[in-house]
Formats: sequence, C-alpha cells, structure tokens
Amino acid sequence: MTPLLSVRSLTKRYGARIGCADVSFDLWPGEVLGIVGESGSGKSTLLNCLAGHQAPDAGQVLFDTRAEGPRDTVTMSEPERRMLGRTDWAFVHQHARDGLRMGVSAGGNVGERLMSVGARHYGDIRAAAADWLGRVEIDTSRIDDRPTQFSGGMQQRLQIARNLVSGPRLVFMDEPTGGLDVSVQARLLDLLRGLVRDMGLSAIVVTHDLAVVRLLAHRLMVMKDGHVVETGLTDQVLDDPQHAYTQLLVSSVLQV
Amino acid sequence: MIAVSDVSKTFTLHNQGSAVIRVMEGATLSVAPGECVALTGASGAGKSTLMRMIYGNYLAASGRIMVGETDVAQAEPREILTLRRDVLGYVSQFLRVVPRVPTLDVVAEPLLARGIDATSARTRAAELLTRLRIPETLWTLSPTTFSGGEQQRVNIARGFAHAYPALLLDEPTASLDAANRETVLTLIEEAKARGAAILGIFHDVEARARVCDREVDVTAFTPDRAA
Repeated sequence: MTPLLSVRSLTKRYGARIGCADVSFDLWPGEVLGIVGESGSGKSTLLNCLAGHQAPDAGQVLFDTRAEGPRDTVTMSEPERRMLGRTDWAFVHQHARDGLRMGVSAGGNVGERLMSVGARHYGDIRAAAADWLGRVEIDTSRIDDRPTQFSGGMQQRLQIARNLVSGPRLVFMDEPTGGLDVSVQARLLDLLRGLVRDMGLSAIVVTHDLAVVRLLAHRLMVMKDGHVVETGLTDQVLDDPQHAYTQLLVSSVLQV
Repeated sequence: MIAVSDVSKTFTLHNQGSAVIRVMEGATLSVAPGECVALTGASGAGKSTLMRMIYGNYLAASGRIMVGETDVAQAEPREILTLRRDVLGYVSQFLRVVPRVPTLDVVAEPLLARGIDATSARTRAAELLTRLRIPETLWTLSPTTFSGGEQQRVNIARGFAHAYPALLLDEPTASLDAANRETVLTLIEEAKARGAAILGIFHDVEARARVCDREVDVTAFTPDRAA
C-alpha cells in the first residue's frame, strides 16, 4: 500500500519567523490525522501549505494521484493543483462562510462543486444535492434557502456536504467544530466519524481542542513553535505524553 | 497469543522537575488461546499500566509485547490500529463515546469499523444488549446519561461485539448485580471456548477463581523503589 500523502521536510518561513519547520509524515488511506498545538504553533500554516493555499519554502508534499501515482503538489502547475482542489481534495474551513457562497442557495452550494467537475444535468445535480443535504441532516425542504438563513451548525454541515459531494479522498479541516455549541459539536463529530468510516476518507484535522481529536483522529501530531514535538496514536499521546509541551497541554485541560 | 517479555515502564514528569518514576521492570507473561489469565497485585502495583501497554495506550520503555504477529512495543501507529480493529479488544473501566450517539450504534461500531453491514452489526449489538439486560427503550439513547452499571454493561457489549482473538478486561464485573455478573462471566467462558486469549483484572475473587486459569502477580515486576 502507498501512503495517500507523504510530506517531507516541509518548511515555511515568514521572513525571519518560522511558520513550520522540517515537518515530515505519511498519511495512509482511511486515516485521520489530528494536528494540535496552541495559537501560533504553525498548525494552520502547515495545513495551508499541504492544501496548496500557501507555497512552502522547502520540502515535498507527495499526493498519490489517481492517474499518475505520487506527485509533488508543491511543484505541480497551478491549474493541476486547482483541479485536485476540486476533485480529490476538500477543505473545510473553521468559518463556514469562508467555504460557502452565502448568496447562493444550499442546493446551489452543493451543486456548484459538482458542476465544477463537469456535471451538467440539472435533475442529477439537484438530486445529488438533496441526497447530501439529507446525509448531513439538513431537511431537504431547505434546499432553496440561502446559508444566511441557517444556524452556525447547519452552515458547517452544509459546508461539509459541499466539500464531500464530489467524493474527495483527502479532506483538510481547520477547526471544524470551533465556535459551535457543544451539542452541535457532538452531532458534527458523529457525522464526520460516520463519513470517514463509510467513505474511507483520509483527513487532516487541525484543532486546539483535545477532546475533538480524541474522538475523531486516529493519530496525533503535536506542534510547538513551528516544530512537530511529538507524534503517535491519539490515545497514547494524550494518555502517556512524552514531550514536556504535550504533558503541559494535556494537564492544562479543564475537567468538566 | 499474547507474549510480554522483559517490559519496563517509566514516566518522566517534565513539568515536575523532570522526575523519572520507574513503575515496572522485567514484566514477563504469556496468554495462550483459550486461556484466561488474571493480573493480581495491590492497587497501584501496575496492573492497569501493564494492560495499557499491551493495548498500545502507554509506551513501553523497553521489552517486547507480542500480540499475534505484532510487537506492540515497536509497531507503527497504523499497525496498532489494525491490531485493535481485528485482533485485540479492550474493555476498560470507562466508557468513552461521542455524545448523542445511540447506544445500539455505540455497541455496533467495532463491527462497522470492520466493514460489516449495518443491519448485521445492529442485530449483533441488540443481541448483546438484550443478554446484558439493557432495556430496549434505552437503545436509541446515548449511554452518556446512563448509570455506572449500565455504562459498564454497554462497554462490555461493545468489547464482545466482535470475536477478538485476544481480549483485555479491566474489572469487567465491577458495579454489576448478580444476574449481570453471571452474564459477563458466561460471555468470558464463551470467548475462551472459541479460543480467545484473555488477560483480565478481577478484584472479584470468586469471578477470578471461576474464569481464570492462572494468576500473574505484577508485584514481581515492581522495581525496588529504594534502589
């Protein structure tokens, strides 16, 4: 088996400051990798470099493409990378409004992604949109409503539907449950777990919420000051942390 | 099926003066298919620590932990994940689940993770919940609101849903009434009969005497604190 994503020595600097430095890891099909660390630890920079939203200064991001096998997405042409962004990749933003078109109906938001990969039949697109609204537990009677009329949790679920409708193989998520009520978070986590399992998705989830990664991620990577300080099985890293910073992070969680 | 040899464990507390605590040395034991072995020793002697190392939840400082063909002490995370999905089950004392997920799905999840279709997985889950006397009216509710004993039984149902070749049981009969205790002991006997290798912690002396073939006292693996 080939890793879906192989990252080698990825480095991004902002002038003299380090965004992320010398990050290497493999992500295997069906695996969810959590990246945790405090604000400014470089986790979002890393995610953006992986997803092609920012250009790294050094390193490789090898993605196992369907047609040609592993390709370095850093050196790939912009159109090729954008094509991946519409097909095999998906990006779930923390703020749903960054990942949705707020002036377009819910059905349109989901359908647009299908049209971007060539779907043209109106009936098929609408049926797929309705199917996906159902899967993310949005009543299909809301298909013609705009996201502005949705609650925060519904917007986030709509963003997920829009991202997953084209059957991606790798999903990048930036604080997917951030800013949501805990009750809404739980429902979203359950939904994401089910989708990962049923669609065999791989995902990279950036969050500062250790409870979220415990339930969602198979493996964990802990970042501090742009460096990866610890990696391992999620429950092992959280229950038996080895690095001083991870120990501090885990012991600082407030108990409910 | 389970073979632990010369395993040691230390905890380094970086934020408390980098204190190094040696908690285990020279831990060695084995469990054959169809056998149930009890870990004994006083509270704090390291029974749960050893069990957690076998599950890959704690990192062993040294030694070998073979479960089937996998050395948990050396394995990559994804190898341990595969081992946990297919080979090694663990019934801990605490139920940790996504809030709001129905009990039936919590129990069916290990089967769904192995790619078994939802209908068969739920049928098996229902069978176990019935045997463990969780009223059907509760199956659609999340177990997070259940009593301690009910949560324990949901945890056991989940641990026995798939016929794992190796099982770790941490106090499986704690906080259970007589009838449910009997059911759990029967489940353990059935698992042994189908060839599962079981390692358990039982404070319940009678239960231990009934299902366990041997005892391993972990006190033997406690480092000399004075040294």
